[in-house]
Parts: sequence; C-alpha cells; structure tokens
Amino acid sequence: MSVDLSYYLILAAVLFTIGLIGLLVRRNVLVMLMCVELMLNASNLTFVAFASKLKDVGGQADVFFVLVVAAAEVVVGLAIIVSIYRKRLGATADDLSSLKG
Amino acid sequence: MKLVFLIPAFPLLGALSLIFFGRKLKEPLAGYIATAAVGLSFIFSVVVWIKFLGFSGNVFVDHLFVWINTGSFKVDAALRVDPLSLTMVLFVTGVSTLIHFYSVEYMHKDIDFPKFFLYLNLFVTSMIILVLGNNMLLTFVGWEGVGVCSYFLISFWHERPSAASAGKKAMIVNRIADVGFLLSMFLVIHYVHSLNYSAIFAAGPSLAKTTVDAIVLLAFVGAMGKSAQVPLYGWLADAMEGPTPVSALIHAATMVTAGVYLMVRLSPLLALSPDVAHIITIIGILTAFMAAMSATAQDDIKKVLAYSTVSQLGYMFVGVGTGAYAAAIFLMVTHAFYKALLFLSSGSVIHGMHDEQNLKKMGALKVVMPITAVAFFTGWMAIAGVPPFAGFWSKGDVLVGAFSESWLVWIIGLFTAGITSYYMGREYCLAFLGKARWISESSKGKKKSSKKEDHGHVVDPHEPSFKMMIPVVTLAILALVGGLLNLPFASSLKFLDKFLTPVIAASPSYFHPSAVNQIALGVLDAVFAIGGGLIAYFIWSKTYEKPALEFTLFKNAWYIDKTGDVAIARTSTKLAEVTDNVIEPKVIDGAVIGLSKLVLAVGILVRKMASGFVRREALVIAGGLVALIIIGGLRGGL
Amino acid sequence: MTQSSLPFLTVIVLLPIIGGIVLAFLPVDRLAKYLGIALSTVSGILALIVMLLFKTGDAKYQFVTNHSWVSSLGIGWHFGVDGISLFLMEMVALIFPIILIATNDKSKNNTYSAWLLILEGACFGSFLSMDLFGFFLFFELTLIPAYFLIIGWGGKDRSRAALKFFLYTLFGSAFLFASMVILVVIHQNQTGVFTFDITKLVHTKLSYPTQVLLFLGFSAAFVVKTPIFPFHTWSPKAYSEAPTSGSISLASIMAKLGTYGLLRFDLNFFPQASYRLAPLLLTLGVIGIVYGAIVAAVQKDFKKLVAFSSLSHLGFVAIGIFAFSTIAMNGTILQMFNHGVLTAAMFLIIGMILDRTKTIDISKLSGLQKAAPVLSGAMIVVILASLGLPGTNGFIGEFLILSGAFIGHRWWAVVALTGVILSAVYLLWAYQRAFHKKAENSTSIIKDMTLKEKLYIAPLILLIFFIGFFPSTMLNKISPSVNSLIHHVRTANHLSSQTAFSSKPTDSTGYRTIQAVTGDKSGQKIVTAQVPTDRTNNSPYRSAVSVNKNTQIKTGNAK
Repeated sequence: MSVDLSYYLILAAVLFTIGLIGLLVRRNVLVMLMCVELMLNASNLTFVAFASKLKDVGGQADVFFVLVVAAAEVVVGLAIIVSIYRKRLGATADDLSSLKG
Repeated sequence: MKLVFLIPAFPLLGALSLIFFGRKLKEPLAGYIATAAVGLSFIFSVVVWIKFLGFSGNVFVDHLFVWINTGSFKVDAALRVDPLSLTMVLFVTGVSTLIHFYSVEYMHKDIDFPKFFLYLNLFVTSMIILVLGNNMLLTFVGWEGVGVCSYFLISFWHERPSAASAGKKAMIVNRIADVGFLLSMFLVIHYVHSLNYSAIFAAGPSLAKTTVDAIVLLAFVGAMGKSAQVPLYGWLADAMEGPTPVSALIHAATMVTAGVYLMVRLSPLLALSPDVAHIITIIGILTAFMAAMSATAQDDIKKVLAYSTVSQLGYMFVGVGTGAYAAAIFLMVTHAFYKALLFLSSGSVIHGMHDEQNLKKMGALKVVMPITAVAFFTGWMAIAGVPPFAGFWSKGDVLVGAFSESWLVWIIGLFTAGITSYYMGREYCLAFLGKARWISESSKGKKKSSKKEDHGHVVDPHEPSFKMMIPVVTLAILALVGGLLNLPFASSLKFLDKFLTPVIAASPSYFHPSAVNQIALGVLDAVFAIGGGLIAYFIWSKTYEKPALEFTLFKNAWYIDKTGDVAIARTSTKLAEVTDNVIEPKVIDGAVIGLSKLVLAVGILVRKMASGFVRREALVIAGGLVALIIIGGLRGGL
Repeated sequence: MTQSSLPFLTVIVLLPIIGGIVLAFLPVDRLAKYLGIALSTVSGILALIVMLLFKTGDAKYQFVTNHSWVSSLGIGWHFGVDGISLFLMEMVALIFPIILIATNDKSKNNTYSAWLLILEGACFGSFLSMDLFGFFLFFELTLIPAYFLIIGWGGKDRSRAALKFFLYTLFGSAFLFASMVILVVIHQNQTGVFTFDITKLVHTKLSYPTQVLLFLGFSAAFVVKTPIFPFHTWSPKAYSEAPTSGSISLASIMAKLGTYGLLRFDLNFFPQASYRLAPLLLTLGVIGIVYGAIVAAVQKDFKKLVAFSSLSHLGFVAIGIFAFSTIAMNGTILQMFNHGVLTAAMFLIIGMILDRTKTIDISKLSGLQKAAPVLSGAMIVVILASLGLPGTNGFIGEFLILSGAFIGHRWWAVVALTGVILSAVYLLWAYQRAFHKKAENSTSIIKDMTLKEKLYIAPLILLIFFIGFFPSTMLNKISPSVNSLIHHVRTANHLSSQTAFSSKPTDSTGYRTIQAVTGDKSGQKIVTAQVPTDRTNNSPYRSAVSVNKNTQIKTGNAK
C-alpha cells in the first residue's frame, strides 16, 4: 500500500512552516536552533518522498548530506550557544547583536 | 690603414687605465699617461694619413663589428677614413696633445688630478669617434660623448655652485639641440633605411626636396647647440667655469667644431638644399656679429675668448652656408691653432695671477711675462686676420664666399672682422699694457683668496714654467704659419681644398672670384683687421675704464640667455610644481581616491542592513524565499 | 617547438618558490640568509644556461615543458621561452640574487628571504608560462610577497602604501580575470576545447567589438601594474615606502609584468583591437613621458623621483609596443631589460645613501661627490644611461623605439623626444643638488662604497656598457620572435609589408599613382593613393608603399 505523495508534501510543508514561524517568533536561541532543524527535516522529508515516488536514489543520498550538515551545524551551533550562555546568562537572540555592521 | 681603430683606441685605453688605476698613479704620472695616449693617437693619425695619401680610393671604411641589428635595420660600428675625417682627426689629436701636455703643469696640486685627465682622454676619444664615424649614429655617439665630457669638465670644480650649474646647462642646451640631430636621423632611417653616410649621399638626389630640407635643417639645429649659435650660445660663455685647458679643448680642438664638421660632412645633402643653406648663412653671420659685439664689453679674460669663439664659429657657418665648405674647415683648423694658443696663454696669465681672471685687475703683464705676451699677441694677430697670420687666409676664404653670396653678409662679416681685431686688442692691452693694476691690489694684501695665496704669497705674476711654454710656443708658430695649408695664390697651393674636394660637395660656381677681386677683398680684410686693432690700441693702452664703450647690452650678451632663463627655466619650474602639488594629488590620484571613497560610501549605506537582530534577518530570508516562490510560480504559469 | 630533455624552466620556477616556503620555516636566521642567496643564484645560473643554449634565429618557443595540471579545466603546467621572454627571465635571474646579497641584513631574515624567493619564482613563472591561467596565477602571486615586503620592512607610512598598491593592482586584475574567462569560453564555443593554452588561444576568432572589450579588460591589469599614465598613482608612495628590495622588485621586475602582458597577450590575442586602439596607448605613453618627467623634476624624495622617472621611461616602452614597427619593438624588449637593470642600480645606490645618511631627501643632501667619489661615479653612470647617453644601454633602447615609432607614428615620436631633454633636466638637476656643492651638514660626510657594495653593483654597471656597445648579442636572439609577432599583428590587420602594388610610371603631375589591393572582411577594394615620385625608381633605396584599409599610407622597408 502506498500513501499518496501529497500527504508527505503537506506534512513537510506544515513542519517547515512550524519551523519557520518558530524561528521568527521565538527569542530563545536554543529553540531557534531546534526550529532550523525542523525546517531541515521538513525538506529531508520532501527529498525522501520524491525519491521514492520517482524511484531515484539520488534524493535519498542528498538526505544523507543534509543530515551530516545538520549534525555539524548542531555541533557548532550548540558550542556557540553554550559559550554565549557562559558569558551572559539567559541572553536572547535579540540581545546578540554585537556582530551588526 | 687597418690601424685606424688605434686612433680612438689609445685615448680610450688611457681613460680606462685612469678609471681603474687613476688614484694609484697620482701626479704627474697620470697626466703623462693621458698625454702619451693622445700623442700616440696623433702619431697613428699621421701614419694613417700617410698611408691614405698612397690610397687610390677616396674613402676607406674599417668595419669593426655589427653594432645594432634588428633584422630590418642595421648599424655597423665602422670607421670612415676620408680626407675630411683625416683633416679633423689630425688637428684634433694634435692640438689635444699639446693641451694635455700643458694641463699636466696647469692642474698641478689639484685634488682630482687623475680624474681630470680621465675626462680629457674621454673627451678626445669621443671627438675622434665623432669625426671617424661611418654613419650618423656613430657620429652621434661621439657627439653625445663630448657633450657629457664637457659636462664633467665644466663642472669639474663641482663644489662651486656656478660651475655645477654651468656644466648642467651645457649638457641640457646640447640635449635640446640633439633632438634636432635625432629627428634628422629618424628621417634618414625612414627614407633611406640606412644611416651610413655613403648611403645617405647616394640616396640624396632621389629624395623629395622637402625631405632633404628637413634632414639638413634638423641636423643644423643639432649643430647650433653644439657649435653655440644664436640663440643657443649662452652655455659656451658659462662653460668658462671649467679649468682653462678645458676651455681650450672645448673651444679649439673639440666639441664646438663638431657642429661645423657635421654640416660639412652632410654637404652633399646641404648642396641640394639652398634654402637651408641661406638659413645657415643668416644664423652664422648673426652669431658672428652678435657674439663679437658681446666680446667688446667683457671683463673676464676668458669670457672675451668665449664670445670670440662663438663669433668665429659664426664665420665657419657662413662658410658652410655659402658653400665654401673647404674654407669653413680651413678656418676651423686655423682657429684651433690660434684659439688654443689664446686660451693656453690666458691660462698662463691666470696661473701667473693666481686665479685672477678679471682684466681690469691686470695690466702691464708684458714686463713680467714677455713670452706669454708675445704668444698672446700672435694669437691676436691671427684671429684678427692680419697678414700673414693664419686667420688672414682662412677668414679671407670665408669672406670671399660671403662676398659671392650677398653684399650684406659680406659687409657685416667685414665689419665684424674689424670688431674682432678691436676686442682682442682691448683684451691684449688690458692684460699686458697699461698700468700694473695688480700691484696696488697686492699691496693692500688681501682680496680674492686663491690656493697659493693661502700659503703666504701675494700676487706675483710670473712666466709659467718651461713645460707650460712648450705647447704655447708650438701653437704660436702654428698660428703664424697655419695659412700655408691653403694659400690662394695658385690652385697648386690650395692643399686643403684639393685634399677635401672628393668628399665635400662642390662649391657653387660663383665661388671663384677673379684675381683682382680677390686681392681687393684681401686688402680690405687687412685694412679692417689692422684698423680695428689700432683703435683698440689707442683707446685701451691708456685707460682701463671707459664705460661709454662697454655697453650693458653687450656685457649681458644681448640678454638672450637671461630671457631664456626667465621664460623657460622659471616658468617650467613653476609648471612642474603646480603639476606636482595640484594635478597629481588632486586630479589623477583624486580620481582614484574618489573611487575608493565611493566604495566606502556605498559600504556605509549597505552596512545598515546588517542590524544584528537574528530574527529580523531570518524574516528577510523568509521573505526572499516567498518572493522567489511567487516569482517562480508566476513564470511557471501558475 | 622544441621539447627539451631537461625541464629547465620547471626547475627555474619551482626552485625559488619551494625554497622560499622551506626557508620561511627555517629557525636559523643566518643559514636562511645564505641559503636564500644560494637558491636564487642557482636559479639564476640555470637561467643563464638557458640563454646560452637558446637557439638564435628561432622565433618559436624553446625549452617547452608541457604537462596537464588541472586537466578538467584545461590548465597546463606549460612553460616555454622565446625571444620576447628570454631577457626578461634573465633580468629576474640577475636582479634577485643581487637584491638578496645587497639587502638581507634585516631582522627576521628567514621570512625576508622567503618572500623574496617566492616573488622571484612567481616572476619567473609569469614570464615563462605559456598557459594563460598559469600566467594569471603567478601574476597574482607576485602581489602577496610584494605586499608583505612593504608591510614588514617598509617605511613610516608603509601600511597605507601597501594597501593602495595591493587594491589598485587587484582592481585591474579583476578585469583581466573576467576577460580571460570570456576568451577561453569563446575559444571553447569555436573549437570545443576548453583550454588556457596560449598557443591555442591565439587562433580564437573574435569579432572586432569583442576584441576591443577583451583588449580593454586585459590592458586594465597591465597598465595598472606597469604603471602607465594615469594609472600610476600607487607607485610613488609604494616605491618610497618599500624597502630597497621592495622598490627594486616593484620597479624593475614587476613593472615589466605589465608591459610583458601588453606585448604577449594584447598583441597576440587582439591584433586588430591593438592596432586600432594603439593611438590611445601611444597617447597615454607620450603623456606619461612628459608628465612623469615634469613631476620628477620637483620631487624631493629620491625614490619618488625614480618612480616618476620610471613612469616616463615606461612611456617609451608603451610607445615601442604600440608603434608596430620591428625596430621599435626590438628596442622595447631591450628597453624593458635596460630599465630593469638601471632602476635596480639606481635603487641600490639610493639604498646605500639611505644607509649612510638616514635620509633620501634631496634637499637635505649635498656634496656627496666629494665624500664618496666611487658611489657618485656609479650614480652618474646610471643617470647618464637612463637619460640615454650613447654607449650605454639606455640609448640603444630609446633610439630604436623612437626611430621605429617615427616611421609610422611620427608626431607621437616627436613629442616623446621632449622626454630626452626633460630626463636630462631632472636627473642632472637632482644629481647637482645631492652630489655637487660643498658638503654642508654632517649627513654628507659619509664613507664610500664598501667592497661588497662595489661587487654587487659592478655587474649592473658592466651590463650598462656591454649592452651599449654590443646590443646585437641580445637583439639577435630577440628579433626573430619580435618580427614574427609584428608579422602576426600586421597580417591580422591586412597590413602586409609585401602589399602588391602596381605603379604607373611618373605622370605629368609629378606624382606616382599607386593602386594597392587590400583585403578586408567586406571583400577586396582598391585604394588609390598618390605619392610623390621624386625619382624613386632610380634609387637603390626603393620604398614599398603599403596601404591599409583606412587608406593610411605606410612606407615600409621592401625586402
């Protein structure tokens, strides 16, 4: 049995939108990072869905790359967040503007 | 005749050995080596000349090596032996040897003694290359070589700012004129494809007249600078800043005669271009007259001689312009004799007077320096053209040419001859006759300090040493008998004319006045020469101050030089400063800086977009994404 | 093309670069100093061997080594040397060891030597590369060591000077890179081969507007690097702030990268654009000659004076390149070498003065000739050579350039001749101010050249005279390549010196009518011109008249 492609895509779109809204609305850096992950996984879902639909293994391969990048991003991102928390406790994203032009 | 390369080689070797060992050789050995080098060069000139007399052809070319070769254009380093170059090389090396010998004593105790002889040797080498060169480019090598050596020698006492400036001025004025020479060569390369004289002369008749005119005129511009013609003559008077033997060398044997030589060398082309010949005549006679007038009011013993050289060069160009090429060369040779004589004997005077050059502070030197006085007198007679001295015959020939060309030129020339005799007479009288004005000065005990006064001497004019007398006396004899080279009485006696005929353009047919005319002209010459001299004697042997006869205009040499100085030197310095201070930083670099400022300004504007608020930037990204989707959708036909 | 058995050129390029990198990490300063000299000398000797083995009379590239490097992008490790690049290579080979010997008594010797060696290798690479990408790579690589030499060992205002130099030249290079890629892509579209090989790119067919665009793009980098008026404003500051070694590398070596680029790439790739736009470059060259000379006259800083005099002298080089005359072009190559030698000697002597008096302000110097006669003698020789005294190398170059330019571009040559006067004015005036007069202050009581200084300045002085008297030894090797380049440009512009012309005998007007058949894209057309006859037919020096499609009449040398 197969689920129609559109369900996957709708789910992915919903996930992506949740992630995007979360990124824009929340101020907690940790949550923002999680939202980014959500968006990445939404696109992963799309990739996989299309890969199985189109019988093209390339899409699945791409997902692996994305996963690796996401893992790396989490490592770097968390490290940055942790070091920020050490410097100034409880800082929100809006306070972290020392890199502004 | 294969030995011809030795003529320039010896002085070059002398110069090289002085470069490397000069400071070890010291006085007077360095001087004698240099003298020997030039002397050997003279001896080989004579050898080559004797061999040439037995040579069947007119021109012998010795190819040394290929100098420049770009495939389509080739210049050889080749020496050209022909009557003209031989004549030049003989008197150049001969007179130079005498001057070298004289300098050994004259430059005694100078700190840079070896360097002086190094420059002298280089000077002679350059001059030899100039006259022996088989093509215009090689001539140009010598041409520039004498220019740069004159720069070294005039500014020899470089710690004196005036000497340094005078050397620089000589070089720069010569460079200005050299542009003419270069352009002339470019035209020749363009139209003849070869700079060899033989090729140029062969191609001459087939060239367009305007081309020939331009080539000759531009070459003459070069000659004007080197031979100090109006208006480029200021540097020669300033060149008196150099040691006196240098003046003798520059004025008599080398350098200034180069311009005349070049025009005679190019005479086959010049003969095709009568218009340019007229210009040369006009410039020549103008120079002769203006410089002679300037010489009447000078107080410096050497400056009188300087202007007299300019004036005599003017005569030579009158000869060139009127087609009397052999006469120009004749005058050049005899002039070398008597001008070297005059300079060396004035050098003896300066030496004896301990570096005093002001005529107004001399007088009555005949008593203490009798031989020098006689020598100077000989020079006076020779340059004035009193028979039977050398100048009478050579200047006579030139005036015959002028007479054939135009009455006006001839009359000015004749009058100038009188003036010549007058100013030389004035100089002779001021220096050797009258009251001894140096006695009162020495009794006061001070005034100009000179090297020798420093250790105790007062001014004490004396005859120079025997060694310095040898060249002076030799030159005096030559100045007396130099006319024998080319006596007008019979064509068989015109040795120089006959010798030169094969290589110079034939003189115009009118240049052969009847015997009666010739005698009449000669008598007139003599009358003017003697008359001018007598006037000078009656005025200047009695007095030494006569401002009525020493016009400021002439003292300043018609203000040509000063005008040039103000008009060109000052304004161009101003211009350069404005360029450096305004145009360079404000306009040219301003554009560059403006561009960088523009980039900076854009950066400042764009920078505001990076607010540092993560969420705002995320919104921008999201907005961009949405916009992309919408645009993509619209284009996709949604 | 001759394939050489020994990869001479690869070694010459790589030895200094690799050596430099090794030196940078060498802990021992003294060792680095001598190793640096040794490495550059070995490279120099190899270059000398190449010159001795170089076949005279061959216009093609020699000692070619060709390996693929980045094959997917068509980039090759492709080196070769011909008459145009031979003496530029020799110039690099000669001058870098001298710089290293003369100036490596600095602090941080290992990095200093390293930067110089890397610069040397990069310069070799730029002159020898037959691959456009390789050229660009080395061309840009020169910037980095030069920048750090200025920054590390320069004068007071060094960081501004270095930044300006870096950004300005990089700005020009951006255009070069873009144009380069466009050229390669066009070539790929035509032939299907994606390659940076110069010998293949030459055959790219370009429409005239494309040529003009790419010509301007390529030239942008080169005129800034040279520099040619009005793109010179980085140079006075950079020259004067850089240490002696930096000034020499910038002025004598890297300046030639610009002129070499114009010569090698613009003329080869875009012959028509080069020919048509030549008046622009000629005019800039002439302005540079006069302008540089005028500004140089009032400089107080000796190094800035040399900067402006370089601008003036490189104007001559520009004229020689764009006069399209074999005589001028030969002179140009020679003059590039000469300028390298003379500028290096000039800066070395200025460096000696700076070491002794701690100032190179001309107005503060005086009476040096009395205090240091040998140093002054060397200086006056260099000055005389650079104002073009016959018997020195400067004269041969300038004379050939101007006489060649005079044939086709008369008025430019005439204006350029004023440079001959002006150079005498500013150089002799500067010499008089600094070297003549009495020594006025303590800074002028200096010691003369040491033995070491005499030894490293001697080869340059000897070369000045050697080239002055025997330029043919060099011209023989230069001229075949130059002549074939000129031929390339002239044929591309239908300007053959062998134009077929039919001449009627003299008619009554005294003018000879010449009909020249010229080919051009729009087909053949017959151009009629009248030239004065002046009995040309009798002359052994007959001129052939060639007529191009603009009906300009050119008189060339009939073989």
